[in-house]
Amino acid sequence: MRLVRALACASAAALPMTVLAACGGEERTRAGASPAGGGGAVAIEASDNGCEVAKKEYTAGTIDFRITNRGREVTEVYVYAPGDKIMTERENIRPGTTVTLTVQLGAGNYQIACEPGMTPPDFRQDITVSGQADHATDPRLARALTGYRAYVVRQTDDSIAKARAFVAAFKKGDVAEAKRLYAPSRVGWERIEPVAESFGDLDPRVDAREADLEPGQKWTGWHRLEKALWKTGSTKGEEGHADRLLKDLGELRAKVTAAQLDPPITPASMANGAKELLDEVATGKITGEEEAFSHTDLVDFKANVDGARTVYDLLKVVVLEKDPALAKELDGAFAEVDGLLKKYEKSGGFGGYVSYDTVGKAQRKELSDAVNALGEPLSRLAASVVR
Amino acid sequence: MTGVSRRRLLGVSGAGLLAGAAAGAGAERAASAGRDAAEEEAPAAIPFYGRHQAGIATPVQDRLHFAAFDVVTRDRERLVRTLREWTAAAAAMAAGEPVGGGAVGGPGLAPPDDTGEALGLPASRLTLTVGFGPSLFENEHLGLQARRPPALVDLPRFPGDRLDAGRSGGDLAVQACADDPQVAVHAVRNLARIGFGTVAVRWSQLGFGKTSSTTPAARTPRNLFGFKDGTANIPGGDAALLDRHVWAAAGDGAPWMAGGSYLVARRIRMHIETWDRTSLREQEDIIGRSKGEGAPAGRLRERDEVDPARMRPDAHVRLAHPSAGGGARMLRRGYSFTDGTDGLGRLDAGLFFIAFQRDPRTGFIPVQRSLADDALNEYVQHVGSGVYACPPGVREGGHWGEGLFT
Repeated sequence: MRLVRALACASAAALPMTVLAACGGEERTRAGASPAGGGGAVAIEASDNGCEVAKKEYTAGTIDFRITNRGREVTEVYVYAPGDKIMTERENIRPGTTVTLTVQLGAGNYQIACEPGMTPPDFRQDITVSGQADHATDPRLARALTGYRAYVVRQTDDSIAKARAFVAAFKKGDVAEAKRLYAPSRVGWERIEPVAESFGDLDPRVDAREADLEPGQKWTGWHRLEKALWKTGSTKGEEGHADRLLKDLGELRAKVTAAQLDPPITPASMANGAKELLDEVATGKITGEEEAFSHTDLVDFKANVDGARTVYDLLKVVVLEKDPALAKELDGAFAEVDGLLKKYEKSGGFGGYVSYDTVGKAQRKELSDAVNALGEPLSRLAASVVR
Repeated sequence: MTGVSRRRLLGVSGAGLLAGAAAGAGAERAASAGRDAAEEEAPAAIPFYGRHQAGIATPVQDRLHFAAFDVVTRDRERLVRTLREWTAAAAAMAAGEPVGGGAVGGPGLAPPDDTGEALGLPASRLTLTVGFGPSLFENEHLGLQARRPPALVDLPRFPGDRLDAGRSGGDLAVQACADDPQVAVHAVRNLARIGFGTVAVRWSQLGFGKTSSTTPAARTPRNLFGFKDGTANIPGGDAALLDRHVWAAAGDGAPWMAGGSYLVARRIRMHIETWDRTSLREQEDIIGRSKGEGAPAGRLRERDEVDPARMRPDAHVRLAHPSAGGGARMLRRGYSFTDGTDGLGRLDAGLFFIAFQRDPRTGFIPVQRSLADDALNEYVQHVGSGVYACPPGVREGGHWGEGLFT
């Protein structure tokens, strides 16, 4: 990878502009996690007029620094990529204190900058990182990543193939057939939603809900077609929007098949994406807001959960080693959600599920409870696999 | 005053109470120490009368009871009479006194004037602030159409709004703030009682913790996301800023509103469950401030100047910053709430946002528009809304409806 963004804690998928990620710092260490620092950490001695780094050559991957402020001023330490692109930073390091800073770096030249008083001038040291990108240092994570990228492409292709059939029926004015094909065409998309959402305004173009439109924003995408089918009952005049959907999905395919994804997918962003899929279920699907006209929310629900499970399955070998209790909890929680969803399967229903408007309050709560029980441990996945 | 003696008896802090339970003799000392400390920062009563209504620029109390009312009478004079009675009751309650003839000691065969639950409680810095909603001016029986201030616009729909009509609007609004929730609830309850036949409660909202303060020297409170909120609020003591951004002026289009202000209320549901699953770094990136200190991104201290360029383009603080909203500023006075569950195994929790401004068209509306791309939108949903014209303060002998109805 040319320039790997550090994404140890932040989610790359949902936050395209995120460039920073620092885990670390003793006070942030959660129970159960081993504090950064110790034997493997590289010492940085910051003073009021210098910045001594104990090591100049690094192997790509996760690097721990142990920063001690020997000066009299509060200081901050940055890791810069060429062009002063911030890879990570640690601010507010008080005199006499030692803090840790963790960053994922791919091969390349970087600078470590200490900035006493937290104002220029700063003091810089060059470092060189060589070898393969961070995720490659753990072959299991590298395999997970390769597997996930392939999954993303497969799901995109699946969505496009099914959307083609959907659009064909839609443009023909065959409302019944288009209704039948609508929800299945969304499954691939919903499975990889956090990745799809990371590409700028592609997500709003493809998947915006009417209620979320900004004034003056042109409504395009699946939900516009959904409304035409279920609310208006006619596709007349909407054909152009159907074509547009295919065009936008083609753009998605170009992005996910690019040699370098921008932003890239990392093990951490992949794991955070699983959590975000459950967030999607919790705030959009459980309430029935996603599919306001077709009530096919359970199809999206299942696709979101499947997407999260794929991430987990790919990372599981690492989770089993680093946090077996978490793996056990996740296995149980996934099984619980699956078992509940099974109750709503219906052959002949749109997308294979009952209409969500027939799912009563108590049943929705049961689903919601299971989603919470899964979302909570899933939020710990990223921190457990990326150390 | 009974208020003071009540304070002496119970203390104001948990520490005072604990000391009392543990060691009788030391209790009095502990309690009075607590009282002294509390009274330094919290005078018992906020003056009701003045140029501006209390409850806007005055220091923010800890508790809120907000209520919106619909007018149910067609009789304009009856409404004016009610406003006059409300004003008298409000002045009494703000001073820590009961309504009318009191809660006890009246004729045994009649229900007491005051409902009684605040008997013996101090004034608790109670403020009562009244506002008039757009629908009041549209009520054909009241003849107020021509009196509607141009600034009292209906709020436009914002992306992501999921407003519940049962928690929105209202012809009149009463904001009751106090340090004791019982005092705030008592105040709204007694106004509602006085108003029967004239007005009826449309919706109401309790708030348990202030999320903004108008006193920069005090510790900035935190909202339910765990972040400090209102750091850059307009201080209640900054007359120039208040005149510029909060108080309506005679030349603004409605002379009767001079010295008044426009209140925007939004019931904002926070999806605290998904927020709590978000990594610390992402939470801080979304807000644009550090969680502990509250320092803006790239800065050291809470009150260091915000540098939007150091934040994510969709960071909340960046988009809410005056530089993003055309210089718009408001005086915020919001409160946290939790109202049971949403029926889906989650708390119905959030922020009851209240902001005062000179004109919503240059205050809340542009700010909310610039928040359309806010990264925080994934975790919040606006479910209730109201906008009200709050008239200026009342002089002794006057009443809340004076400017509007004469």
